[in-house]
Amino acid sequence: MDPAEVPPPLALVDVTKSFGSVRALRGLSLALNSGEIHALVGENGAGKSTLVKTIAGVHRPDGGQVLVDGRPTEFAAPVDAQNAGIAVIYQEPTLFPDLSVAENIFVGRQPRTRLRTIDRARMRRETEEVFTRLGVDMDPDRPARGLSIADQQLVEIAKALTRQARVLVMDEPTAALSGVEAERLFTVARTLRDGGAALLFISHRFDEVFSLCDRITVVRDGAFVSCDPTADLDVDTVVRRMVGREVTSLYPKEDAEHGETVLEVEGLTRHGVFADVSFSVRAGEIVALAGLVGAGRSEVIRAVFGVDRYDAGSVRLAGKRLAPGKPKASMAAGIALVPEDRRQQGLVMESSIERNATATRRWPLSRLGLLRPGAERAFAREWGERLNLKFGDLADSVSTLSGGNQQKVVLAKWLSTEPRVLFVDEPTRGIDVGTKAEVHRLLSTLAGRGLAIVMVSSELPEVLGMADRVLVMHEGRITAELDRAEADEESVMYAATGQRPSEAA
Amino acid sequence: MTNTTDTSTAGAPPRADGRTARRRPQFRELGVLLAVVLLIAATWLHNPGFLSSQGVRDLFLGATVLAVLAVGQAMVLITKNVDLSVGSVMGLSAFGTGLLFVTLPGLPVPVAMLAGIGIGLVCGLANGLLVTSVQVPSLVVTLGTLYAYRGLNHWWAGGGQVNAHDMPAAFLALGRISVLGVPLPAAIAIAVVAVVGFYLARYRSGRELYAIGSNADAARLSGIPAARRVMVAFTVNGALAGLAGVLFAARYGTVDSTVGTGMELQVVAAAVVGGVAIAGGVGTVYGAALGAVLLTTITAALPIWQINQFWQQAVVGALILAAIGLDRLLALRTARKLRGGGARGA
Repeated sequence: MDPAEVPPPLALVDVTKSFGSVRALRGLSLALNSGEIHALVGENGAGKSTLVKTIAGVHRPDGGQVLVDGRPTEFAAPVDAQNAGIAVIYQEPTLFPDLSVAENIFVGRQPRTRLRTIDRARMRRETEEVFTRLGVDMDPDRPARGLSIADQQLVEIAKALTRQARVLVMDEPTAALSGVEAERLFTVARTLRDGGAALLFISHRFDEVFSLCDRITVVRDGAFVSCDPTADLDVDTVVRRMVGREVTSLYPKEDAEHGETVLEVEGLTRHGVFADVSFSVRAGEIVALAGLVGAGRSEVIRAVFGVDRYDAGSVRLAGKRLAPGKPKASMAAGIALVPEDRRQQGLVMESSIERNATATRRWPLSRLGLLRPGAERAFAREWGERLNLKFGDLADSVSTLSGGNQQKVVLAKWLSTEPRVLFVDEPTRGIDVGTKAEVHRLLSTLAGRGLAIVMVSSELPEVLGMADRVLVMHEGRITAELDRAEADEESVMYAATGQRPSEAA
Repeated sequence: MTNTTDTSTAGAPPRADGRTARRRPQFRELGVLLAVVLLIAATWLHNPGFLSSQGVRDLFLGATVLAVLAVGQAMVLITKNVDLSVGSVMGLSAFGTGLLFVTLPGLPVPVAMLAGIGIGLVCGLANGLLVTSVQVPSLVVTLGTLYAYRGLNHWWAGGGQVNAHDMPAAFLALGRISVLGVPLPAAIAIAVVAVVGFYLARYRSGRELYAIGSNADAARLSGIPAARRVMVAFTVNGALAGLAGVLFAARYGTVDSTVGTGMELQVVAAAVVGGVAIAGGVGTVYGAALGAVLLTTITAALPIWQINQFWQQAVVGALILAAIGLDRLLALRTARKLRGGGARGA
């Protein structure tokens, strides 16, 4: 058959999608062909997840078309996409822990007897059949609770197979898999491809992308960059296309005097999460922890701060060893942590601005164990002015503030403890451009006053613009330490994906 | 990926034959059954009068109302909701049925019974509509309807009551009719347990109740009409509470506007003791009914052991804590066992 005559089972044409003022997809096109494994690569935040959710029918595109077999189709709900023969396997599988494996595969469409009751014997038999096809040995009657991520994904694939799905989308399926498990998944993927399915494979691991996929589409900032057969590409080209933009001069980094070493982390290890992480930070220095989502960056700083435990290694602050797993001791010693998710971890959203801003200073602001509202208010007002906080009334709940101003409240809360080391996790996520620059300026000023700052960031421009030194993590290990001079988009991206330019195929 | 992949097995190893048992036995329900049997046996040995024909009849009739309520509550709990209004619904239905006999003396008994069930069904439907449309936790919604329905009942009764001599003899005789040696109300309860149990285990919509309680997001992604299913669970629960009210009226003859007060917590207790998880997705109506039987048996057995009735609540409380502790222990053990037992494929 001439491929030109048969329309692809699934195609997106000029799809756009915005969330508020953030444009996640700006005119993205993509065609998935039968019998082909198609890779989708791009930086964090390039719009891959939004694309997957659009295909799955979770998000409705604002503009553009979704074509199924060449016909424009609208997915109002995930069910519509499923009925169109599309199956999506998310990074975190969505199973019912209390139902059996067989029921998970057949939920909502269990085979039935003439009395409309569920034909359990047939359901079990069909489950065993599909597992045999996949080369998996799993008891169909066991509950899904307790299955490893790899096994959960196999259950999802079995579900897709029994649905006769023609399009299979896998969103970073190997992120949580061991090498053997990933290899098994690839065998299954190749079998499906040879059976005529169209597969979309999203991964940050270039070795997988190049060995498995027939075609690679690169996206950047929610827009299409290129789509070529794998044979015509090499890792260097793909990396260049993924980053391919100028570092803007948005970052008001001041040069600060670097003082003595404040924080020393040595051989920090948490089994299965990160291993042998060592670094040090000097006063007045901004160190960025770069890497892809899931590389273990947040986990490292959480362990250093003492929220999470670690299995081996040590943390020293000004030469003195910090007890592991004691955030209170870390705070007393002068460490502050501005967490990644300010709504969940950084603020009490319903509580007032002043309460939130003074949350770390309860004791100094109280007398005989009772908080003094006057002192609280004065303190909050002082910090609000210092950080240029825009608010209506200090008694308003934090949820009334914009994202950027919320972040300032979190910063006020921690800066008021007068820390010597400040950890900030994704300091500008979900913040508009103007406030972003303000947060950057603030961090820069703080470093200038001798604060040691460790910044986790997934935004490469931010990393390159702000950091004196860049530590790049890949799968729980530090793979590169780059000076401000050596760090550029490509060197960071290579280290973050576990590649070296010389290794490139 | 249609039939073309049938022949390929992706390098499958030979399947291991030594798999775990196909049918996972319902240890949890068996445990409660064992507790009931032990308790009855020990009490009988202590005082053989406990199992006289009248004693057995009392045991059956006592457990009937609670068991019917527990079955309905289990359906709601499985979807990760709760219905606290069942005591009030039961009261409304009991009073409504009685009043119907007063207003229409010649009314056939089955019609009055259906009317009582209908009252419950309407109350349950209202609960379901509120829970699914307002998106407020069912705990809060049904706490509200608990008081609303009770208030309605007080206003309706106006301080009056319906006495046994207002009810037809045929209705009051329900408890004396036996089916295969089981009093009719108890037989009805057994039938309810069997039917609902079969439905939950063998029908798609029944299994979907478990799916909703187990992972609501995944249920949505799988295209399960969650709101409709939850509404059905509440409606059935209401109808069963109505049936419980009718059975209560038939047994005691005298009903006022306070019937069923405080019943809701006993019902939840019965379901939890029987292995229905408050967190949803787990448990069977068989367990819930057995839990109801266990609680009733304890109430009946305490006087025979000459234990002060005041201890009853403490015993029930201890039982709930023990049941929850046991569930947690079993869950941890299975989790440990299951973690090792995943797929061992290529």
